[in-house]
Amino acid sequence: MARIDLVDLAHSYGGNDADPDSFALKPISMTWRQGGAYALLGPSGCGKTTLLNLISGIVAPSRGKILFDGTDITPLSTQKRNIAQVFQFPVIYDTMTVGQNLAFPLRNRGVAKSEIDARVAEIAKLLDLTPYLNRKATRLTADAKQKISLGRGLVRSDVAAVLFDEPLTVIDPELKWELRSKLKALHRALDLTMIYVTHDQTEALTFADTVVVMHDGRVVQSGTPEELFDKPAHTFVGYFIGSPGMNIVPAEVAGREARIGGHVIQLSRAYDKLPAGAAIEIGVRPEFVSVAPPAPGLLSANIERIDDLGRIRFARVKVGDAKFSARVPPGFSVAGESAGLVFDPARVHVYADSRLVEGHSLGGPV
Amino acid sequence: MDKTVNQKAWFLVLPVFLIVAFSAVLPLMTVVNYSFQDTFGNNQFFWNGVGWFKELLDPSTDLGSRFFASLWRNLFFSAVILAIEVPLGIIVALSMPRDGWRVAACLVILALPLLIPWNVVGTIWQIFGRPDIGLLGYVLNNIGIEYNYVSNEFDAWATVIVMDVWHWTSLVALLCYAGLKSIPDAYYQAAQIDGASRWAVFTAIQLPKMNRVLLIAVLLRFMDSFMIYTEPFVVTGGGPGNSTTFVSIELVKIALGQFDLGKAAALSLVYNLIIIIVCWVFYTVMTNAGVDRQRTQGAA
Repeated sequence: MARIDLVDLAHSYGGNDADPDSFALKPISMTWRQGGAYALLGPSGCGKTTLLNLISGIVAPSRGKILFDGTDITPLSTQKRNIAQVFQFPVIYDTMTVGQNLAFPLRNRGVAKSEIDARVAEIAKLLDLTPYLNRKATRLTADAKQKISLGRGLVRSDVAAVLFDEPLTVIDPELKWELRSKLKALHRALDLTMIYVTHDQTEALTFADTVVVMHDGRVVQSGTPEELFDKPAHTFVGYFIGSPGMNIVPAEVAGREARIGGHVIQLSRAYDKLPAGAAIEIGVRPEFVSVAPPAPGLLSANIERIDDLGRIRFARVKVGDAKFSARVPPGFSVAGESAGLVFDPARVHVYADSRLVEGHSLGGPV
Repeated sequence: MDKTVNQKAWFLVLPVFLIVAFSAVLPLMTVVNYSFQDTFGNNQFFWNGVGWFKELLDPSTDLGSRFFASLWRNLFFSAVILAIEVPLGIIVALSMPRDGWRVAACLVILALPLLIPWNVVGTIWQIFGRPDIGLLGYVLNNIGIEYNYVSNEFDAWATVIVMDVWHWTSLVALLCYAGLKSIPDAYYQAAQIDGASRWAVFTAIQLPKMNRVLLIAVLLRFMDSFMIYTEPFVVTGGGPGNSTTFVSIELVKIALGQFDLGKAAALSLVYNLIIIIVCWVFYTVMTNAGVDRQRTQGAA
């Protein structure tokens, strides 16, 4: 039960003197609220597991401090940190029963027997492990084993946070859904801070109230799933989250107009002071661009193919050399390859050197 | 699909059959043949039925008493060296470095005793322990500990045991080290998270993960020590008295010393049978453990 603050935390596996660009985790400062459900989202090698291991103390940071409720715990060993972590692959103590496995973290800390029994029973019930409590853990299936690992992470009530490192990798897809909802329920029931590392956006967006997106050792955005979807702070967040990802194309932006290859797109906000020399791009999610019959005034595009996702259809189109995804409105029938693109001005964002630029509203509807 | 019948394949395995026949089956049959007969030289043999086996397994006879005495002695020896080498091997494996150049250095040093021919090991210790010129014997006697493996039974046993421990602990250590290396880091990390003490890490993770290699180590060390001949023969020659005469030494005494081919043959067969049975028990235990493991992995 604690608030966790990271202060200028950074790590390099090559030591502190390594080139700052090669750091696995570039310096970050951020706060994790007590009781929050967080997801650390990013592709492989973006530093999310490193960050997790720094918090749990498996890895000692090259720089910076970690505070639990304001107390600096950076020099403390993992055992003394009061943190729980669940790993990607199930870790089971072979000689023990399921119950003994669940009790292990409590027994090591000298908790009274009656309390251990009560807590193990509670966690086993939450994870549907009660029928197996007296069975040898080695004889169970991989997902049951991973449930035991999860249970060992959750069994201590006093932990500052429970960290999950892609815990559902070995689980079958159908069970994944179930276990994820279970984790969400556990989060509500147990009032623990949970940090969940994953590279799967669905997992992150369904589990967490706050998603922290990492890219190349940096936190590029942290916010609710809606914020990440509606207003990506970085082009990486734009195309990493969402399926298909955000359309990002180089453009010239001046005032309330963006130009792509001579064609003007109206923007709902004005961008006057764009940094000089920066690479300017506009980003718009495929959900907010739709294809229409070619007409003057619309950006003309060539349809390459249409993907039918069931609920919604997306057209893959080409504008000059740039690839676009755009929504196909219901009832639109594709005639030939040419089409026009209709943009929702409020949903078009402008990026300078990959970072979101805020425009000013000039009154009127935004 | 129809199988093609091609009996020519038999010709390809024939050489192996011939080699095995000459190297193993025929000599064994000769031994079986001897065990049922008696000879007084001149290549004359007389049928003796199961006479030698009866005598061998009856402790009241001379042959039987010698056989059982050496058998108990040998089992005691195996038990002692297992009780020392297995824990010691585990401790050595646990204290080995996990990576870096030190690993290579440790492995080379550990492998050295295993590479020395057995009678050289015996000779090394025979000289090492001599009270007049051997470093060990000389030093022990000079610091006031009377030590003489030629005349004192305890000293002879101690020498043979220490020699075996010196020679073979490396094997146990190397096997255990291999077992330890195969444990994924996540287990140690999880144990840290779970607040496990060093001892709890050992009992909950390391020992269970090593149990298969340990079983192999115990099997190998039991077999080798149960069949031990060269080293004690070189150091003590089975003495003082019969105190370090193990089964194989007794066998050679009967076969080559007294030239009692029938008795020696019967002893060989019983000795062989004991070893095969022990092997079979170990093999069964090991494969059952393996099946268990496969079953759980198959379910995974």
